Amino acid sequence: MTHVRINNLTKAYSGVDAPAVADLDLDIPSGRLIALLGPSGCGKTTTLKMIAGLIRPTAGDITFDGDSIVRIPPEKRGAVMVFQNYLLFPYMSVGQNVGFGLKMAGVDPKTIDQRVKEMLNLVRLPDISDRRPKQLSGGQQQRVALARALITKPRVLLLDEPLSNLDAHLRDEMRELILSVQRDLGITTIFVTHDQEEAVLLADRIAMIFDGRLQQFASPDVFYRHPASERIARFLGGVNFLPGKRQGDTVETDVGSFRFAPGGEDERPPEDGLLTIRPEQIVLGQPTAENTVQGRVVSRIFVGTYTRYRLALGSHQIEAVRSADVAGDFAEGQDVPIGFPADRVWMVRPDQAA
Amino acid sequence: MTDVTVKELAPADRSAGKRATGKIVFYATVIFMCVVLVLPVIAFFINAFAFRWFYPQLIPDEWSLQAWQRLGLLPPPGQFSIENLFAQWASVPDVVRALGLSLWIGFLVTGVSIVIGMPAARALGMYSFRGKRLIEFIIITPTIVPPIAFSLGLNINFIRWDLALEAAGINLGLSGSVLGVSIVHLVPVMPYVVLTLSGVFANYNADFEAQARTLGAGPFRTFWHVTFPAILPGLFVACLFAFLVSWSQYLLTFLIGQGRVITLPILLFSAAGSGNNAVIAALSLIFIAPAVLILLVSSRYLSGESGAVGGFGRV
Ligand SMILES: Nc1ncnc2c1ncn2[C@@H]1O[C@H](COP(=O)(O)OP(=O)(O)O)[C@@H](O)[C@H]1O
Ligand SMILES: [Mg+2]
Repeated sequence: MTHVRINNLTKAYSGVDAPAVADLDLDIPSGRLIALLGPSGCGKTTTLKMIAGLIRPTAGDITFDGDSIVRIPPEKRGAVMVFQNYLLFPYMSVGQNVGFGLKMAGVDPKTIDQRVKEMLNLVRLPDISDRRPKQLSGGQQQRVALARALITKPRVLLLDEPLSNLDAHLRDEMRELILSVQRDLGITTIFVTHDQEEAVLLADRIAMIFDGRLQQFASPDVFYRHPASERIARFLGGVNFLPGKRQGDTVETDVGSFRFAPGGEDERPPEDGLLTIRPEQIVLGQPTAENTVQGRVVSRIFVGTYTRYRLALGSHQIEAVRSADVAGDFAEGQDVPIGFPADRVWMVRPDQAA
Repeated sequence: MTDVTVKELAPADRSAGKRATGKIVFYATVIFMCVVLVLPVIAFFINAFAFRWFYPQLIPDEWSLQAWQRLGLLPPPGQFSIENLFAQWASVPDVVRALGLSLWIGFLVTGVSIVIGMPAARALGMYSFRGKRLIEFIIITPTIVPPIAFSLGLNINFIRWDLALEAAGINLGLSGSVLGVSIVHLVPVMPYVVLTLSGVFANYNADFEAQARTLGAGPFRTFWHVTFPAILPGLFVACLFAFLVSWSQYLLTFLIGQGRVITLPILLFSAAGSGNNAVIAALSLIFIAPAVLILLVSSRYLSGESGAVGGFGRV
């Protein structure tokens, strides 16, 4: 159980202008599972490597339980990293791979054998100790890599894109495994992903990173309800943005004014920004509900379990998704009342560029 | 090898013809290598044990050990006994001395070239940086520039440094010494070592080392448990090259050694002038023995599962 703090962490690779990681601050309570989420190249792997001690930060500090570790070499940090491509040592058997950490720690061979067996059971791969890594499937290699990382009971577990190289069906299995093992062992875990769904399904909290900078650090549901910026909202699949001005808890847009439920203390929406709502939160065809305006169906795509509508709203177009369980349908060209439930709308700051 | 490549590249309808051509080329190569490499060795063998061997004879009609006796490796004719043999060897014949010196210089040069060449090869194989092409060019120049050119230059410098150091009270004696000769051998050896090893490192994934570090291995144990096994096949080939290149140096040893460093090739060349075919043949056999020995010992290793050459891309 280790409390990890990252303060002003910065990494500028020599010869590269923009820092790969800039002024990163994160507080990760002991035993938590958190995700670093962001598009490829945003500095996630660099951050993990700095925590592991494989890259020296340009500035800033990392502490484990209050003690700075940036000067401690990787082998003494107790932070184990599992790389994206597993990196099982090819000329060692699976058992030797899993036991590597204990061998380095000077544990006697008998105990190592015992622990290797336990770990392989834990990752549900009993009886493959004598095989060679290349005889294993990708999913099996991934689990062996996880067993190898966990055998030393590390203080911090670092997983770089643990699911991205796996087939869809293996992904679910691996995700369950990571979750259950992490819960059981209570190891503070930081994993990296560019897949928002993965982050949402696994993490207690998500650190959203763009261009090496932390954008928002919050629990998954907060990201969906109260994204901090247009870019985050778009990254998480948001498509509806209406420019507006906020006064108190009301947003004035050129298609009408909308009330919204205030967020928490640290979630102050901007005065001048974009009103946003996720397509699946829009209520269609209920004229009397609060925050309802009149629009028109531009197009309609039936996708099976849901129907996707493109709607004209004044000079804007928005998208709404309506589950197949909800009765009623709307034809192209039909006028329809569009409701934005107050607890589902939010105000975000627009992208600088846009 | 030829076969496989041809098969994969050729369209189905022409593959048979191409394969036949490939086979002809393959066998032609084999026959050529036999004529150039194997026949002389057979001739050496016959010569080294022949009493007289003249033109029309297919094999000599009289055999003898005179060449080996002359080289001092066997007791004189008619005096053969185990004690005499021991006595003969205990007096350390010139051939044995030269053999020992060649081996010693070979091992020294191999060791030093690997230690120096490994970091250079790692940098060249794994990273791209400004001036890389220039460094690569400089490293291979010794294989292009005639050895006599740089060795003469080096010798003049060695003599000068020796004098300068002697004046300062240090007697290093590079010129005419084993140390000087070993240093000069590094010049033709380094290109082979660096090129072989940089090929290894070009296919090497240093993340394996990072992985070992986070699992608790320090830098030394990371090298021993992770880097070393990964580069072993290539390292082996580099050592082979280094040793054999050093082993076969004549000109450099002659010039820098100033006749005071008598390695096997030096002995062989001076014997070559003597005109005794049997002695030349016997010396030649001793000279090629390590190459053949290494080849025999390593042939399984080189061509087998862990094949060093194929192993380059398999780390
Ligand atoms: N060794 C390096 N030298 C220079 N730039 C690097 C190096 N490693 C990564 N980068 C750059 O730093 C940025 C962040 O990389 P990385 O941390 O690997 O991103 P991610 O894991 O989020 O995809 C990228 O723009 C990448 O090109
Ligand atoms: Mg990455």
